[in-house]
This record gives sequence, structure tokens and C-alpha cells, in this order.
Amino acid sequence: MFLQHFADGILSGAIVSLGAIGLSFTMKILRFANFSHSELLTWGAYTALVFLSFASSFGGVFDQNIGPFTFGLPLLFSMVFACVATSAIALFLHKYVFERLSRMAGHMTMVFASFGVALILRHLVVLVWGSDPIYYSNELQFAVLLPGNVRVLPDQVFLLGVTIVTVVCLHLFMTRTRTGIAMRGVSESPDLARISGVNVGAIINWVWIIGASAAALGGVLYGMTVQLRPELGFSLILPLFAAAILGGAGSLYGAVIGGLVVGLSENLSVMIIPTTYKPAVPFLLILAILFFKPEGLFGERSK
Amino acid sequence: MSGGHVLDATDVVAGYVPDLPILHGVSVHVDAGEIVSIIGPNGAGKSTFIKAVAGLVTVSQGEIRLDGNSILGVPAHKLAAGGVGFVPQTGNIFTTLTIHENLVMGGASLPKAQAMRRIGEICEIYPILKDRAREKAGVLSGGQRQILAVARALLTEPRLVLLDEPTAGLSPMAATELFGVVRGLAKNGAAVLMVEQNAKAALRVSDRGYVLAEGQNRIGGPAQELLDDEEIGEIFLGVRREALFPTPEESA
Repeated sequence: MFLQHFADGILSGAIVSLGAIGLSFTMKILRFANFSHSELLTWGAYTALVFLSFASSFGGVFDQNIGPFTFGLPLLFSMVFACVATSAIALFLHKYVFERLSRMAGHMTMVFASFGVALILRHLVVLVWGSDPIYYSNELQFAVLLPGNVRVLPDQVFLLGVTIVTVVCLHLFMTRTRTGIAMRGVSESPDLARISGVNVGAIINWVWIIGASAAALGGVLYGMTVQLRPELGFSLILPLFAAAILGGAGSLYGAVIGGLVVGLSENLSVMIIPTTYKPAVPFLLILAILFFKPEGLFGERSK
Repeated sequence: MSGGHVLDATDVVAGYVPDLPILHGVSVHVDAGEIVSIIGPNGAGKSTFIKAVAGLVTVSQGEIRLDGNSILGVPAHKLAAGGVGFVPQTGNIFTTLTIHENLVMGGASLPKAQAMRRIGEICEIYPILKDRAREKAGVLSGGQRQILAVARALLTEPRLVLLDEPTAGLSPMAATELFGVVRGLAKNGAAVLMVEQNAKAALRVSDRGYVLAEGQNRIGGPAQELLDDEEIGEIFLGVRREALFPTPEESA
């Protein structure tokens, strides 16, 4: 039983990790808690649906599933499409809402504005796609039995694989490319980055693109293993914040580890507390980390 | 007219908050190969002036020219790319990045191949940066941090180097070493503008100096003359502080 909860925790933690990456960076670099970030997961999931419907209409090879999964090539392409579309939305929000507000208002105003943006984004989804649940695939999938009597769906294995590949790629980007190093530099000191010759505005655009793309992937993967509904992102908002705060604002590894800890603690908690209280676990984690290590597990203090 | 100066700032009025200037008409010029120090008491506006030149503080009046071209309103990152290297007093290195990554940041405005070549050249000049390239910059001592900060600013081979309190918190030996680096910069043709609390030490390595007080030029001239001026010595020893802060009646 423990191993099954552990596996479920890793899988749900992977989604939270992907969502928390962008949230963590915007918290550190833009200095505000963006409550609309979770809606980017929803938009990622739904925009993938647009491309999926379009590609499926061609039939042929696009109708065939890949191996044991419930999806074929169209879903893989739709993930890329979702990343592009969600990045465009994030850049639009940055340019016309958050960047403007940051010039004329304080951080609290930006936080409240992000609440408003979240509501607009969520209700736009209802307006366009309706409020009924939608599935990428109606196929029934059987769980695979793993050692330790752990059962997972092949799609969930794919989810974990995509998350691992994404995190490895992001790690390489952040440590091996000049843009990635500049992102970490801007995260520590925007002014020092400016006088070093870094175009901070361009780097902030990259922060939105990477954060939105990771959120879009998280949204598609979540939608693939559960279902698409307008509250998809909203239901993850607390775990996302718990993961970002737990890991430490601005830390890629912190967001990933934070997400996994949140997923594991939520799923393992049902072994000792009623399932009804499971959503309260991220709250407790946020409180605990703020009390004992406010900078988070991987949040680095400038020396 | 710039008159051939690398930096020519005239009647600069600037501050952090609109309508609340800290500088009230400061004029400074620096030529190629020259070390110029700005000295003065705390709150004189020395650091604000140097930040205004670096593009970090908005200038509301006056003019700042680099090689004869106005740089007012030019973003800080474009100034860095265009030949202005700035070493701030505090927070002048990225402590969470490695030493090599700090140098990569310094070369952000250069093409990648050129940046890597410059990092190689800088590491030949300061071998410690090569030896400890993979270590986090946060573990360096005060003197080593300053060396890294100067090295980061030199990546683009700037024509104008701005140093804000470069010896603050350094041991006498580290400060002497740093002033040696500053002399080397000027010898290679860079114009160096330095803000220093340690007035005597700064003037000893400088060609000229300016004394600022209350956001205005008070005295200026060759460094040796300022050093030999007993009145300035007294003022900086605090004996004649009122000379820099005249009463309204005295001003009138």
C-alpha cells in the first residue's frame, strides 16, 4: 500500500513540479506571487486539444496509438503547440498587464491583478470550450503491474518520462547556455545583470516562455491522465505555491523537489488521515516552511 | 562640446525619486588613460553620480557624454555593451553563480566566441579566477571578490571604468593590490572614475580629483594639489567640516 501511494505521489508531484517551475521564477525575478500562473496549465491543456482535433482530422498515421499509450503522434505535436500558444498568452499578459503594473504600482497591486487575470483566463476557457469535462482519448487503459504490487497506467509512465526529460533539458539550459546563466544572474541581482550588459527585459521574456511552456506541459500531462475541465489549474494552485515556497523562489531544483515533496506528502498523508483532509496538506507545508526555513530548501541567500 | 574627454558630465541633476534630486548640478570629466577620484563626505552624492553615469539613476537635467555622444536615457545594458564598465560598491558579484559564470555574465553583450576569448585573457591576468573557476563566487574573500568584480567589468574592454568604493572592507594589502589593478587599467588607456571614502589613498593613485558635498562640486584639481592642501586634509579629518556645509548666511 505504501509503495502504491509513493508511486501516486511521485506522479502527481511531477505535474506540480512542472507547474511550480514558472511560478518559482516569477516569484523571484518579478517579485510577486502570480496567482494566474495555474491557469496557464489549463490553457496549455485546452490549446493542445485544438491541435489534437485538427491533426486527428487527417486520419491515417495520426489515428494510430503509440505502443501501450492512449495517444498517437498528434498529442506529441499538440504538446509543442500548447507550449507555443501558452507562451504567447504569458508574454501578452506580461507586456500588457504585469510589466505595465510593475512600472506604476506596487507588488500587492500585481498580486491582486493576478487574481483578476486568473478569473478572466478561467472563464474564457468556459466561454470557448464549455464547462463539461473533456477527454483527450476515450480509450480504456489497463494498469501495468510493477514489482511491489504497484499499479501504474502506461500514460503515467509517459508523464514521468516527459517530466524527467524536461527537467534535464532545463538543467542543461540553465547551466550550459548564456541565456540560462543570465536568467540565474537576473534572479540574483537585476541591476548587476544590467550593468554587466544583460538585456534584463529579454531575459524576463525567457522566464515567461520557460514558465509557461513547463506549465503547458504539466497541463497536457495532467489532462491526459485525468480529464480536462476549466478548474484544472485552479485545483492545483495551492500545491503549486507550496512547491515553489518549499523549494525556494527562483530555484529550478527547488521547484522540482518541492513538487515531488508536495505530491508525496499529499498521497502518503491518506495513510494516516482521511482523504477529505488531503487538500490541506500543502497548507501545512507552506506554514511549516515559512516558520522554519522561509527561504525554502534550495533558496540561496546572497552572501 | 566634449573637448575630447571620454566622459564629460555637465551640470547633472539626478536622484532616485522624481523631484527630489540628490545631485544639484555636478560636472566631471575624465580623459583616456586618466584616473579621477571623486571624494567627499557621506551623503555627498558620489555614488549617485557614478550610478547616473552607469545608467542606473535617472538624470533630470544636465548632460552626460561618452566620447562626445550623449548617453542620457541609454539603458544600462547598452552602456555596458558600449564601453562603460561599472563595479558597484556592494553586491558587485553574483554570489550564487560560479566564478566562471560571473565572467560569462560580464561578457553577455559580446559574441560568444569573443566572450570566451576575453575570459581566457582575463584569467591569464588574474590566475585565481582560472584556478577556482568552478567554485561559487560567494566563497571568495573580500579582496578576491573585488578582483572578480573588476574582471567582470573588464570583459568588454571598456573605455570608461567606474569604481564605487573599490577598497571598502578590504585589508590594506588587498587595497594596495586593487589600486595596482586600477593603475594598470589607466596605463592600458582606459578612463577610470573612482569614488572613494579613503580620500588620501584614492588621491595618491589619481591624476585629478573632485570634492563633492551636498550634491555639488566644491573643489577640483590635480590630485597632488588636493593632497597637499591642508584645508582639504582638515575637512576630511572632520576639523573643518563646516567648510563643506556652510550655513545659509555664509553661502549668501
